[in-house]
Amino acid sequence: MKPSRPWLAPLLSAIFFALFVGIWHLATLPTSAAVQVDPEYAALVGQAAATGTKSAMPTPGEVGAKLWEHFRDPFYDKGTNDKGIGTQLAFSIGRVLLGFSLAALVAVPLGFVIGMSPLIYKALDPFIQVLKPISPLAWMPLALYTIKDSDISAIFVIFICSLWPMLVNTAFGVANVRRDWLNVARTLEVSRLRTAFQVILPAAAPTIMTGMRISVGIAWLVIVAAEMLVGGTGIGYFVWNEWNNLSIANIISAILLIGLVGMLLDTLLARLARAVTYRE
Amino acid sequence: MTPSFLKVEGLARRFPGPAGTPGVTVFEDIHFGIEKGEFVCIIGHSGCGKTTILNVLAGLDEANDGLVIMDGREVRGPSLDRGVVFQGHALLPWLSALGNVAFGVRSRWPAWSAKQVEEHSTRYLEMVGLGPALHKKQAELSGGMKQRVGIARAFAIQPKMLLLDEPFGALDALTRGTIQDELLAIVQATHQTVFMITHDVDEAILLADKVLLMSNGPGARIAEIVEITMRRERTRNSIHHDPQYYRIRNHLVDFLVNRSKGYADDKMPDHDPRQPPVVRPGLEGGAETLPLPARTAPVAASIHPLKNLSA
Ligand SMILES: Nc1ncnc2c1ncn2[C@@H]1O[C@H](COP(=O)(O)OP(=O)(O)O)[C@@H](O)[C@H]1O
Ligand SMILES: [Mg+2]
Repeated sequence: MKPSRPWLAPLLSAIFFALFVGIWHLATLPTSAAVQVDPEYAALVGQAAATGTKSAMPTPGEVGAKLWEHFRDPFYDKGTNDKGIGTQLAFSIGRVLLGFSLAALVAVPLGFVIGMSPLIYKALDPFIQVLKPISPLAWMPLALYTIKDSDISAIFVIFICSLWPMLVNTAFGVANVRRDWLNVARTLEVSRLRTAFQVILPAAAPTIMTGMRISVGIAWLVIVAAEMLVGGTGIGYFVWNEWNNLSIANIISAILLIGLVGMLLDTLLARLARAVTYRE
Repeated sequence: MTPSFLKVEGLARRFPGPAGTPGVTVFEDIHFGIEKGEFVCIIGHSGCGKTTILNVLAGLDEANDGLVIMDGREVRGPSLDRGVVFQGHALLPWLSALGNVAFGVRSRWPAWSAKQVEEHSTRYLEMVGLGPALHKKQAELSGGMKQRVGIARAFAIQPKMLLLDEPFGALDALTRGTIQDELLAIVQATHQTVFMITHDVDEAILLADKVLLMSNGPGARIAEIVEITMRRERTRNSIHHDPQYYRIRNHLVDFLVNRSKGYADDKMPDHDPRQPPVVRPGLEGGAETLPLPARTAPVAASIHPLKNLSA
């Protein structure tokens, strides 16, 4: 038997991380060689950066310093274009959770009905098949036109993109509850409502949770793009704003945090999924 | 003669074939009765339609012809009056053993308090020796324990009749023996009426008062009814000492091996599916065939291959 070495994988991760940071560091070191540059580009990014004495690409140290700055004061608010990164993340998370919750409120009951009735399943299937592959951002102009509120439009886009995975998974989970379990409920004369809540729901819960996990993942992907479009607040807007300010260090900080929050959301739902999973 | 507690008359089940092809008649012209407190086993080859008959008795499936009457009322749909132990135990895996039993108990006595439900459920789980495993979930239970929970769940609702579909088929011989003994003890104590499917001849002889022999499908019939003529107080250990045992056993095995074919389509003119011959192997000189006292009026046209059942 091989001795188990639980520290091996984290050690490798640390080495990979160090390698990555090292290469990054070397690649962004200021070089002395004068390089011919396009004057317009030089004007845009600053003379020093353009000629290569100082790259516009920050070094790992600079990004680290920026991150530290953000961590020390994440929630400040100095007007529309200058809010702490924590505030911006909170806006985004709020929109995602709101849009996602609304979608769950619609998708789970509707998925239940679709899963229980083959007729309704057949009747609604063409609509679902057409609506499902539409990029949620394609709804944005329509949402802005009808709702006339950028904030609600962003939430609507999250709602739409969270809807389909939950709907399809719930319907699938409900339709595939083991015949035997339903027969148990029937022979025990358990009412339809109790069967729905005490047999079908727990039986389909793992599948439903999988749908929720996919939905939250997509919603978190989409919110960044949606906020870039509607502007105002949120981490997507923050990224776009920093692009305009040409603060690459800020952009990289935001990218890192987007990844971390996404991972947290996924872990949270994985926990919930584990709580409703049953072993057969 | 008083009518049987459970009466099956002219039962037939047909499944439609794939589009365009004629369907199959799994069984037809099934007649039998079960008295109160009687333990009846049915044996027959795999696929002859035993599970289908049990599902019709349970009310989970509908027959195409015929009817089932229990305690004077026609069976239409499932009922708490008939407890079912499923072939694959069918426990709800997210509930504990206690939760599974309580699920049925709560449905049977909706007015009971949580404490009453728990006490009642616990009592039945203890009866099948699961006192120490009340809070275990399915994944933590062995095959035998799962089947015991299934049995406790069915007994706990105190049904008028118990239906068991090969309950011990998936168990090892040792466990099967133990649970057979437990079941025997409980049934003898409670005088429960039982209908049980098995493919195990010894199990049928040990447990049953009479054994229905089902011919091969399609078009399966009840070929014979074998009375188990040994003392009711038999046990698994003593049963082999009774010379009757081997006579009955040989008769059943002989049926399964040699005689289970050819009952379909009224190919056996002497066989009246409405009154399957009652057999007491080993008594009164060999495997003698005694006609059952008439339950339904004998059909005049019974020699006719095509009987009009609806007439
Ligand atoms: N829903 C169904 N549709 C079509 N055929 C079925 C269906 N259920 C059972 N059958 C057929 O009926 C026959 C009897 O099945 P079953 O009652 O399970 O047999 P047994 O329990 O005696 O092994 C089998 O040949 C099976 O293929
Ligand atoms: Mg079967």
